[in-house]
Order: sequence, then structure tokens, then C-alpha cells
Amino acid sequence: MAPILDVRNLKAHFHTRRGVVRAVDGIGFSLEKGETLGIVGESGSGKSVTQLSILGLLPTPPLKIESGEALFGGMDLLKASPSQLRSVRGNKISMIFQEPMTSLNPYLKVGTQLVEPLVQHRNLTKKEAWAKAVVSLEKVGIADAKSAMNSYPHEFSGGMRQRVMIAMALTTDPELLIADEPTTALDVTVQAQILDLLKSLQKETGMAIILITHDLGVVAGMADRVLVMYAGKAFEYGTTEDIFYRSQHPYTSALLRSTPRLDTEVGSLPPIGGSPPDLMRLTGGCPFYERCSVRLDDCKEIFPEVKTFANTHRSYCHLKELPQ
Amino acid sequence: MSNTLTTTMTGTDLSMDTNLKDETGGVSLWKDAFRRLLKNKMAVIGGTFLLLEILLAIATPWIAPYDFEAQNLELWVEAPSALHWFGTDTLGRDLFTRVLYGGRISLMVGILASLVSVAIGVTYGAISGYLGGRVDSLMMRIVDVLYALPFIFLVIILMVYFGRNIYLLFVALGMTQWLTMARIVRGQVISLKEKEFVQAATSMGVRKSTIIFKHLIPNCLGPVIVFMTLTVPTVILEEAFLSFLGLGVQAPMASWGTLISNGVEVMEIRSTVLLFPAMALGLTLFSLNFLGDGLRDALDPKGAKD
Repeated sequence: MAPILDVRNLKAHFHTRRGVVRAVDGIGFSLEKGETLGIVGESGSGKSVTQLSILGLLPTPPLKIESGEALFGGMDLLKASPSQLRSVRGNKISMIFQEPMTSLNPYLKVGTQLVEPLVQHRNLTKKEAWAKAVVSLEKVGIADAKSAMNSYPHEFSGGMRQRVMIAMALTTDPELLIADEPTTALDVTVQAQILDLLKSLQKETGMAIILITHDLGVVAGMADRVLVMYAGKAFEYGTTEDIFYRSQHPYTSALLRSTPRLDTEVGSLPPIGGSPPDLMRLTGGCPFYERCSVRLDDCKEIFPEVKTFANTHRSYCHLKELPQ
Repeated sequence: MSNTLTTTMTGTDLSMDTNLKDETGGVSLWKDAFRRLLKNKMAVIGGTFLLLEILLAIATPWIAPYDFEAQNLELWVEAPSALHWFGTDTLGRDLFTRVLYGGRISLMVGILASLVSVAIGVTYGAISGYLGGRVDSLMMRIVDVLYALPFIFLVIILMVYFGRNIYLLFVALGMTQWLTMARIVRGQVISLKEKEFVQAATSMGVRKSTIIFKHLIPNCLGPVIVFMTLTVPTVILEEAFLSFLGLGVQAPMASWGTLISNGVEVMEIRSTVLLFPAMALGLTLFSLNFLGDGLRDALDPKGAKD
């Protein structure tokens, strides 16, 4: 089956007055209908920029797409015109954001905002769009959807607002939903509810989901494939099983070791020492060099070639085999 | 509608109110704001007073007891009496009539010029702020240059070039008043456009113009309305100044501004000649302020107590 989104060698750099920030530097991934891709990485590793640049949501300049392609339904999103992109955004590809508290316009009723993508992309009349929006609010589990349409965002809790955002993203039945840390601002029980909701909606509609997060637990529960990012580079890419059980990259395994688990007893979690590099001062080598516990001499100067393990599993590391 | 009104006025049964809401939403922001405005007593008083003044101004030609230019030099600055409610002015004209006629001019100047300035300023500022970058720099430098020009020159140039005309005066005053409005709105928009809801709207494929006019401008309404209530008195006073220079309203026609400046001349002999026009102006400005405050609160859905 052909992937619905195929991103290859995406390089998106910010050209600022102080220098070039290589926010995204050679990222590739693909996903198929009904699949979930988890993108994990620390803050500033380029997870969000990857997605935002694919949808053309970042101002250019300072952003410049240096290379790459993002094929979606036969169209290269990176070369699409603004109006082509606009017809994709909110229509075939929808996005939900981290901050449900501020993602809704405080001055407009929830209903007014919910019908916006429908009116924009489906040419529905206001009444038809309104009826459709009520249905999608019901789908995301908002009780009394009709009166919710007439409420203002501040009358909802954070979890409810995220549900509204999801409803808004799904009114147009998108093929792909990009969820940028959808549960980070929510407490744990609500987080679980939202993730369950996304999963069941995915089952129902067959949409693909890109889930950006720094929570490995969320990825383990949700994703079919995982992309591990660090300093704008892809470190490891594979199925969730590949990443969690057969990780081939020292960064991934360090991340996994620093995550609390229920099934093993540990005194204290080993953190990854140091902090991520300044993206403006990257050398040609591996950006994880300074913090890596198993680094080789080559790592300093040369960024490793891709190594393929199974058909689905790719890793970028000079090590022949990762010591357990 | 009268049903909605009684429900909200008493504010007892909110669930019933919800049922009465139009299901398709419509221009819900305004309807809701109006509902909340009615709960603010001072704003209602201010609004009622302004409405009354506007009605009076419209009806003036039919209800004025005297002709506004009929002079009677034997009645030089008379005190208020049953015949002349506000007394008479330095040419023995009935002051009540003149205040009524002056109100027509002053209110019209105030409202029209402010609307012109809001329309230009808000649009200009919002576009400049939202587009940002070079466009923004250029647009704001134009504003700076216009700021540097003394507004009075601009008005004089406009008046001389296009001929003296009371409506042109409104436009000219409005065109000199939009600069600050543009700056205020630009600042608001710049801080607002980074908010997630704008990003969310963009990611939904909403067009730029819709984002500016539907998402950003309503969010700026608070400061805009407050500033507008400040613009109205400024414009009224500027009109008085221009009239004094012979560029605005011409005698025997009057505006509150000219009436006040006439009153100042004889205030030691008969203070009422100053007092009544000044009170008319003062009460109008008070009402505007109360109404402006009320509108600002009413237009902010979060300020709602219900």
C-alpha cells in the first residue's frame, strides 16, 4: 500500500541574524492509512518544526526549506503554493496543538469556530456546517453538544477544550491528524481519556496520526512506528517494538533508561548528562557526541550513515552493536 | 426578542435563556455583548442619554422653540427664564435653541469622525501588525511621518484643496485621528498573532483576511472602544478649534465648541452662557465614557458574570 505521507530528507533551517539554525536536518519518515507515527525527542529537537514546515505554517524567511520532499496524495507539500496548502490544511491534514487553553479564540463561540473549517473547505451553508459540527462534538464525547456550541471556550475545562480542538480537527474527516503534544498540558487521567479518544476515532475513520511527544509512555501506548529525533536529526526510526525492545542507538536506550517503568525496580533513574547542543554551532559530527557514553573517535567529525536492521528499522550510529 | 430581554434583565432563569438562543449562532458576539451591556447600569444610563441626545439632534428643526439665528439685541445675555430656558447669548439669540443646533454639529462631528478614524486605524493597524516584517515597517513609517505633520496643516490643506464643506471636515478630522488607533491595534495584533488560536486557525486553512477580521480584530475591541470614547471628545474639541480659526462651522451656525468659546467671553457677566453648552458637552463625554467602559466589559466574554 502506498504511504499517505512520505517525507524524505527534509532540511528546514532558520536563517537568523546570528547564524543558521539547523532545526530540521535530514528527516525522513512515511506513514500509511490508519497508522500512528510517534515522534519523540527532547525540547528543541525539531519535532514541531518538522510538522509545521511540512504544512507551511512557519514564516519564510527566517525558515528556509533547504531540501527534501513531502509527498501527500501525489502533491509535494514543500513545493505547493500557499493556496494549495491552504486547501490541504484543516481539510485533509488537520492539526491539534499542545495548549488547549489558548488554542481557541476567546472571543468566538465554540460553534462559530467549529464550523470554520467546514465552511472553508466544504462549501456548506452555515446551517449544514452547524449540524455537522454538533455531530463531531458528540463524537468526541461532549455531553449536550448543542448547548456547548453556544458556549465560549473559557466555560470549558482543559480536557474539554482539547476535545473541542479534536472535534474541530476532525469535522472535515482528514486523512492525517498531526497532534503536537496533545496531552502535555493536561493531567494524567484526562491525558489517558484523550489518547483513548484519539485511538477510537482513528479506528473509526482510518485516519493516520502523527503524534509529537516527549513522553515515551504515550508513544508506547499509541504509536505503530517511532521516530527518535535529536538536534534536528533522525537518530532512530522503526516500529514501536524495534525502538522499545531492539533499540540500536545509544541515545534511544539512554532515553529509555531514564524513563520510569512499572515492571522493574530501580533506585534512581539515570539521567542523560549534559544538555542538547546549540543548533547554531553544530559540527559535521554526531550532535550527541558530547553526551554519549559509548562514543567513538569517528563520531566527533562524521555523522554516521544509515544502518538498516530489519526492513522497518533504521538507526544512525557508528557503533557496530550497542552494548547492553 | 422581548422575551429574551425580560429574562436577561431579571437574570433569574439562565437555562431558559439558553433555549432562546438562535441555534445557528449568527452574530452571536454582538447579541451576547448587548445582553451583558444591559446589566451594566451606568452604561445603560450613558447609552440612554446619548440616544436621547441623538434623537433630540435629529428632531431639532421641529422642536426648537426659536430660530437659531434670530437676534434680539434687547435681550443681551439674559438669565434663564420661562421664555428662554437657557437664557440668551451675546446677540440675544435663544441659547437653548443654539445648544440644540450645536449638538447636531458636535455629535455628528464626534461620531462620524471617530468612525472614520476607527475604520482606517483598525484596518491599517491590524494589517500592518499581522503581516509584520517589511510591510509593517513601511506602514508604520508612514504613520510616523503623518504623526510628524501638525494635524492642523493637514486639515487646512484638505479644506483648502477640496473646498469648505462640513462633511469634509468630518473626514479630515477622522483622517488625522486614526494614527494612534493604528498603533494601538498594531500592538495588540502583534501580541495576539502569536497566540495558539491564530496558529490553530491557520492550520485549519482559514484565509488571512478571515483571520484578521474575524479572529484578531474582535480580540482588539476592548482597547479600540475605550480609545474611541476618548477620540469622540478630542474630535469635538478640535472642531471647536477649527471653527475658531474659521475653518469649521461658520456663524451663525453653532457647535458646542463655538458656543463654549463664546460663553467664555461673557462668563464674568453671565456664567450661564458658558455653563449650558459646557454641561451639554460634559454630560455627553461622561455618557460616552460610561458607555465605553460598559461596552468594553460586555465585549469580553470572559468578563461575563453569568
